[in-house]
Amino acid sequence: MSDSITLQIQRYRPEEEEEPVWQSFEVPRRDEWMVLDGLNYIKDNLDGSLSYRWACRMGVCGSCGMVVNGEPVLTCATYLAGLGTGPLRVEPLEGFPVIRDLVVDIQDFIDKLVSVKPWIIRDEERPLSEGEYLQTPEELAEYKQHSMCINCMLCYSACPIYALEPDFIGPAAIALAQRYNLDSRDHGAAQRMDVLSQHEGIWCCTFVGECSVVCPKNVDPAGAIQRYKLKATAEWLKSLLMPWSKR
Amino acid sequence: MTRPEDLNRLPRAVGAAVNPSYKPYHPKWHRKRYPVFWWLGKFAYGKFITRELTSLAVGYAAVLLMLEIWVLSRGQEAYTRFQELLVSPPVLIVHGLVLLFLLFHSVTWLNLAPKALALRLGRKRIPDAAVLVGHYAAWLFATALVVWYLVGR
Amino acid sequence: MAKVSREPFFWAMFSAGGMLAALVLPAVVLLLWFAIPLGWVEAPSYVELVTKIDRPPVKLALFALVVLSLFHWAHRFRFTLYDGLQLSHLYGLIATVSYGSATVLTLLAARLFWSFP
Repeated sequence: MSDSITLQIQRYRPEEEEEPVWQSFEVPRRDEWMVLDGLNYIKDNLDGSLSYRWACRMGVCGSCGMVVNGEPVLTCATYLAGLGTGPLRVEPLEGFPVIRDLVVDIQDFIDKLVSVKPWIIRDEERPLSEGEYLQTPEELAEYKQHSMCINCMLCYSACPIYALEPDFIGPAAIALAQRYNLDSRDHGAAQRMDVLSQHEGIWCCTFVGECSVVCPKNVDPAGAIQRYKLKATAEWLKSLLMPWSKR
Repeated sequence: MTRPEDLNRLPRAVGAAVNPSYKPYHPKWHRKRYPVFWWLGKFAYGKFITRELTSLAVGYAAVLLMLEIWVLSRGQEAYTRFQELLVSPPVLIVHGLVLLFLLFHSVTWLNLAPKALALRLGRKRIPDAAVLVGHYAAWLFATALVVWYLVGR
Repeated sequence: MAKVSREPFFWAMFSAGGMLAALVLPAVVLLLWFAIPLGWVEAPSYVELVTKIDRPPVKLALFALVVLSLFHWAHRFRFTLYDGLQLSHLYGLIATVSYGSATVLTLLAARLFWSFP
């Protein structure tokens, strides 16, 4: 077993170059290291100018998403020695503009997330004196899976539609909209439907399914989107057959 | 269509008019051009495009079904000649491919059914495996029905 | 209220067509294009076949199969062109041609089944 491994990193320094370039680094190939440890080794010992995002280093913050050997992964959750002996290619997330090296601009995702109103919307707020909103385990189970999203955007990187259609809302935003739609405390489904029922909402999605495959938290955005398509179609049918009923 | 690299050199107002996704004040951010043949890049994408192309087989089958109905309405002679055309080797090869694509459509479609349906019986959620088995059972039943109706005695 | 997309209708047709095609087309195709013409099974005679098809519920079922399959193709192929060949700038043209041809074939099929045999 070799004791070092090559990391091929995509560098982009806008003040120096027009296009990204590849740069190779030799990094110790420790069994217990993650790819993130390799990047930190490079920054500490080899090239302090390497720019990348990370924080919790344990797979809960969603900061360290990058494309390693063609697959979007959390670099803090991917073993350095687990991807073979060959050079590892590390690139920034697909589908987002690259600011520098491995850092991408995520404002588009943030805007789209906010547009689906990912918070509890109630017709009438209850006063504190009435106590908490109670929820049965079954009601919790309805939305719990989708609530696990850490906004790491690996699903956006894996989604070819997001790369092709600039206005597509994207997997995580829809999954989080569903997380609130399916929450028994929430009354905002109709408001979210206005945003999601546009062509750039759920209808762009062609169920490639890669979003659910790469999700590190098993949120299953693909399933959320398909179920929402059924729901939106039912609502449309209802509005057609019973236009007098309030949504 | 404007290339991403050109946007870096346009003044802000013109850039925004040409492409609404242009981000003002950040002309140096790099936007990679997504390749036209992105679906050749990953096996999963290739499988996806193959699945999508099965729609051609479905459309072809619909049209040929219409054709056979029309031929039947033209009389016994026409039907016999149509049958002879069906067994000619080039037609058989094409139809063999179409059948394979139709089977791929069926399998991929039914396998995705549990993802799209979140059904509940009373308070309990029906497990994905049950939904899957139910769909395959329906496939078996539909096949048996068609066979019985067309060639059953 | 924001403009409601027309997509739900086409998606519903696509979905129904996909399910029907998945369940029924392989069997139909296996019989009509292989088993019967190649003699793997005792084929129904011409008269028998016409009689079997000439019943209103059967004609209706076949019509539904044909129409929904055509709209399944139209919807799916439309998106395949948008995404597979990056032709979404021809959004309107592709939508018109795909759903348009499906509609034309539907009208042909309606006439065909109505006047059968």
